[in-house]
Amino acid sequence: MKAKVFVTIKENVLDPQGNAVQGALHTMGFAEVGKVRIGKYMEIELDTADRNEGEQRLIAMCEKLLANTVIEDYRYELEG
Amino acid sequence: MNFAVLVFPASNCDIDCFKAVEDTIGQPVDYVFHTATDLSQYDAILIPGGFSYGDYLRCGAIAQFAPVMAEVRKAAEAGKFILGICNGFQILTEARLLPGALIRNNSLKFRCHSADLIVENNSTAFTRAYRAGEMIDIPIAHGEGSYYVDDETLAQLKADNQIVFRYAGENPNGSVDNIAGVCNKEGNVVGMMPHPERAVHELLGSEDGARMFTSVLNAWRERHGAASVR
Repeated sequence: MKAKVFVTIKENVLDPQGNAVQGALHTMGFAEVGKVRIGKYMEIELDTADRNEGEQRLIAMCEKLLANTVIEDYRYELEG
Repeated sequence: MNFAVLVFPASNCDIDCFKAVEDTIGQPVDYVFHTATDLSQYDAILIPGGFSYGDYLRCGAIAQFAPVMAEVRKAAEAGKFILGICNGFQILTEARLLPGALIRNNSLKFRCHSADLIVENNSTAFTRAYRAGEMIDIPIAHGEGSYYVDDETLAQLKADNQIVFRYAGENPNGSVDNIAGVCNKEGNVVGMMPHPERAVHELLGSEDGARMFTSVLNAWRERHGAASVR
């Protein structure tokens, strides 16, 4: 089973990297660009056949390590 | 009084912390590796700056699960004195031993220079030798030192007097409410981005950090009924 995890910075937390990339895109002429937010994407292979258990353990991974829920949100997709 | 200086892979201020203890208060101090499973012999634990585990994922994210951190948690609960500096502060927030989180500087630059701080709380074990409101000169050196808490937690920090240091002049990183250091509710765990261990002698540019070490020695002596030192 494969998990895809997306970690994003919470809406009310500043994202200076996103702001810098937004500025660069504007400079390049992409005037249509609004807000830019930068996050993380992780692919995790899970050696488990039990989808339910796999999901519960994936949530634990996200809560404990993959995201810092003080400043970040996460979502995930399970494949296979 | 026995001090431990924790050493993680890629800690790089551990020697400075060790020497600062020796030079300011001359107390016994050991380097303790991240794999250690017993800190019971130590009265104070210093978590130094650096780039533990390469700062992979987030600063301090992986270090919080090092074996020694279970012992740090126990020591915090037992009321022992714990100071996290820079990466040490990041580790303590990731471990939820201190509130909030440290994110990328709003300038996106690594800022390395001296900074004026206001001592907001001089009742912690590490700040009792300062006057409340005193301005001190302590260097900073970080790329991810912008302190973040939500509004609700900020109000709680203020109500419980948990803001220990604020930046006095320019805010170097975009920290919420100019916060440079905080403590837990009990005041025995302190975290700060500036480096007091780099400011313990006038030849280093400032000796304002030395009193953090004399503070904690006095706090320990008071707790154990021994005479305090100046």
